[in-house]
Amino acid sequence: MNSQFVEEVAREIGNVQLSRRKLLCLGGIAGAGLVLAAASPSSLANELGTLVGSGELNAFVRLSSDGTITIYSARPDMGQGVKTSLPMIVAEEMGAKWSDVVVLQSGVGERYGPQWAGGSMSVASSYDYMREVGASAREMLISAASEFLELPRSQFSVSNSEVIHSSGKRLSFAELAARAARQAVPDPSSLTFKDKSDYTIIGTSISGVDNLEIVTGSALFGIDTHVPDMLYAAYYKCPAIGGKALEANLDDIKRLPGIVDAFIVKGDGNVRQLLSGVAVVGDSTWAVFEAEKKLKIKWDKANASRDSWTQLVQTAKKLSDSEGGSVIYRKGDVTKVFGDNANKVIEGSYSYSFVAHLCLEPMNCTASYRVGSRGEKDSIEIWVPTQSPSSIAPAIQQMYGVDEDQIVVNVTRVGGGFGRRFTSEFVFEAVEISKHMGCPIKLTWTREDDIQHDYFRAGGFQSLKGAVDKKGKLIAWDQHFIGMGNNGKPTSGSRFSRNEFPLLHLSNTRGTSTLIEIDTPCGPWRAPGANTHAFVVQSFIHELAHLSGRDHLEFLLEIFDQRSRKISGKGRSINNARATSVTKLVAEKAGWGRNFQNGRGLGLAFHYSHAGHIAEVAEVSVDAQKKITVHKVTVAVDVGPIINTSGALAQVEGSVMDGLSALIGQRITMEGGQIEQSNLHDYPVLRISAAPKVDVHFIESDNPSTGLGEPALPPLAPAVGNAIFAATGKRIRNMPLITEGYSI
Amino acid sequence: MPEYKLKINGEVRKVNVHQDMPLLWVLRDSLGLIGSKYGCGIGLCGACTVHVDGLATRSCMLPVADMVDAEIKTIEGLANGTVLHPVQKAWVEKDVAQCGYCQAGQIMSAVALLEDNPNPSEKDIDLAMEGNYCRCGTYNRIREAIQIAAAEIMSSETLDITAVEYWEPGRSIDE
Repeated sequence: MNSQFVEEVAREIGNVQLSRRKLLCLGGIAGAGLVLAAASPSSLANELGTLVGSGELNAFVRLSSDGTITIYSARPDMGQGVKTSLPMIVAEEMGAKWSDVVVLQSGVGERYGPQWAGGSMSVASSYDYMREVGASAREMLISAASEFLELPRSQFSVSNSEVIHSSGKRLSFAELAARAARQAVPDPSSLTFKDKSDYTIIGTSISGVDNLEIVTGSALFGIDTHVPDMLYAAYYKCPAIGGKALEANLDDIKRLPGIVDAFIVKGDGNVRQLLSGVAVVGDSTWAVFEAEKKLKIKWDKANASRDSWTQLVQTAKKLSDSEGGSVIYRKGDVTKVFGDNANKVIEGSYSYSFVAHLCLEPMNCTASYRVGSRGEKDSIEIWVPTQSPSSIAPAIQQMYGVDEDQIVVNVTRVGGGFGRRFTSEFVFEAVEISKHMGCPIKLTWTREDDIQHDYFRAGGFQSLKGAVDKKGKLIAWDQHFIGMGNNGKPTSGSRFSRNEFPLLHLSNTRGTSTLIEIDTPCGPWRAPGANTHAFVVQSFIHELAHLSGRDHLEFLLEIFDQRSRKISGKGRSINNARATSVTKLVAEKAGWGRNFQNGRGLGLAFHYSHAGHIAEVAEVSVDAQKKITVHKVTVAVDVGPIINTSGALAQVEGSVMDGLSALIGQRITMEGGQIEQSNLHDYPVLRISAAPKVDVHFIESDNPSTGLGEPALPPLAPAVGNAIFAATGKRIRNMPLITEGYSI
Repeated sequence: MPEYKLKINGEVRKVNVHQDMPLLWVLRDSLGLIGSKYGCGIGLCGACTVHVDGLATRSCMLPVADMVDAEIKTIEGLANGTVLHPVQKAWVEKDVAQCGYCQAGQIMSAVALLEDNPNPSEKDIDLAMEGNYCRCGTYNRIREAIQIAAAEIMSSETLDITAVEYWEPGRSIDE
């Protein structure tokens, strides 16, 4: 129903480049002329060549005789836009007209290459692969035309979904579909690629491929999954993370309206797999959510978390007064520089809280565990919004002993990821409940479950000391990082690396790290590590610039220049020339140097992360009641050439809002191992009235295109913090700002 | 369980559900209208926004028993056949959505705003949209898309007025 509807609507609004879009079911295309053209990274070429011959649906590109070009997107789309941008690369190389393209989510399998989405890596690691996929399809189409017209291949070119002979004779992809499928898959090493100056798709602005479904309410997220004979489930775990369910009022629960069953799950004790809890199964989501509220459970908390935020703050305070634990980097002699009376020295202690992901689509998974009868094997089918599709089947196989080839994973559209959906405990829970019930179930976490059982952005504390010389130049930097650890290892997002700017740039630097042991699970949160390091480092650099009496821009640019060792722009590490370019550009575009009065100011910050060089200037006002208005954020970005301008701008705009939301109000605390926040009433998020204008400028440098899901977030917090200082003279050293009496 | 007859998107739909079940879950689980989303369950995120008698309303806290005489419109009923509502069209043109999960609620709030106030200022837009959280931060495009849609609605109404000018004196309006 939806597909027909969408198709009809698409026809009506042909002016928005969606007129040929159709939803096609896998294997649901009738009639002749189906083409399965495939290409692959070199290592898979032979295998795929065979598979193409056998006609299996494992390719990225499919042509049908009505002219539709189906391109499969192998990576999950959680809002970062790869379902549009990666197929754009394929379409560009094969010479497709974008309005002929339909994009479908692929299945999960090795033939698709890496399928996880995170670390701003999708574009960086799939670009060459997608180019090969497109070029290979193009060569097969040329071969088909050459065979059909009995003319040499060299006389053909491709454009706008047509193969064109030098005589002017044109053959459409649709006409060539069946014949192209029979051509040999070219050797990837023989492929040539379009010159950038001939691009017609890459570098343009294309509306997301799922937009029509999204605006009509027909896009299917994981939570929208419906399979026949399905029941609904909720799963309640110990509020003190890791506690075991001993007994519960199961009989009372089973008598509640709409409830089919309730039972205790022992679990395997692994917070990343299946923690103990109580499952409630019923005939609607509402029935199981209501029943979950009425659960009375006796917990064994012997191995549960006892983490306390209050205690963490006290421990960190003591640690910050002492020397750092382990030295991660040392150069020159910071102590000597600090002891020289000719230099000016300052210290600053910074802190930042734990933060939840709060993906608006709560964690969920639909699972169908089928017990094999009469000698058949058990099998499992899973529908899940995930960032890590390839990891699921192997993990489920290990836990349930079901053969991997009996496990089917279907990736849905994802209602926000931000790093949260790398773990799959909701998948284990859904499979466990389905197995117990003997029918398919859809597990949905309540918002409260989702916040209280997150993998949080780790909080932390940092103490810094820096010195400027008589000329006002930064000459020494000492940074003690107090992060979170578990079993002696840094938790996700709580690592202090020697590559952290500006340790390697200065002559006298020291970086030390101390970990506080916790049990609260932590995970990647949009720009892990960078989202807190940037705040600390770029704020403290501003403190030092102020100490020196010099302009912040000039002071910052001078640090980039201090590093002697040159790094090639091709590597995934900070490049001084690129850092300088974006910082100068943002200053120019933001009108850096303007002076304001009455509590208004500009703040500057730069940060390198995820291969992106990004600088931001925030223009901020603060009133007498400490109410903040962020008027505008100017951003300069170098992530190489942009694929989809609209998508790239969206990622920068979104990163600014996300960074601001976290800076202003987001804060997770815990006592007795239990997370104290549970929903939007006690976890404030950024609303539209506080959204600043965002002015983005791209430097499309001649470097490989890299991802933009994360790197624009880290510079936001220090840019705003530095602007608050410029506006008021009050230094921001702790996130979120509501803990210091600010509001927005 | 009692049977309820609900007027949804111009059709009468019968459901047998518990009287306390919020409209959101009736729509999603009983009627398969999955466009309205669950985000917080306490009326603070706006992902479940539908129109009840023309007003943007959070359906996650609205018991079905209170909906008996109400005219309910969901995102699925917004397009006129195959013609998108100007707000939906502007949303596609401005490429508003990132993850897209909140957007049905955003669109329903925006449509209600424009029905009430065809020419909203930026402040009017912010006030009307404040209850719709977007985790991806698409707020600036939401503002722009609402202004584009407002302009389109205004211009199509202007067109209607032009048509009236060609009305000939003495001719019945009904003709």
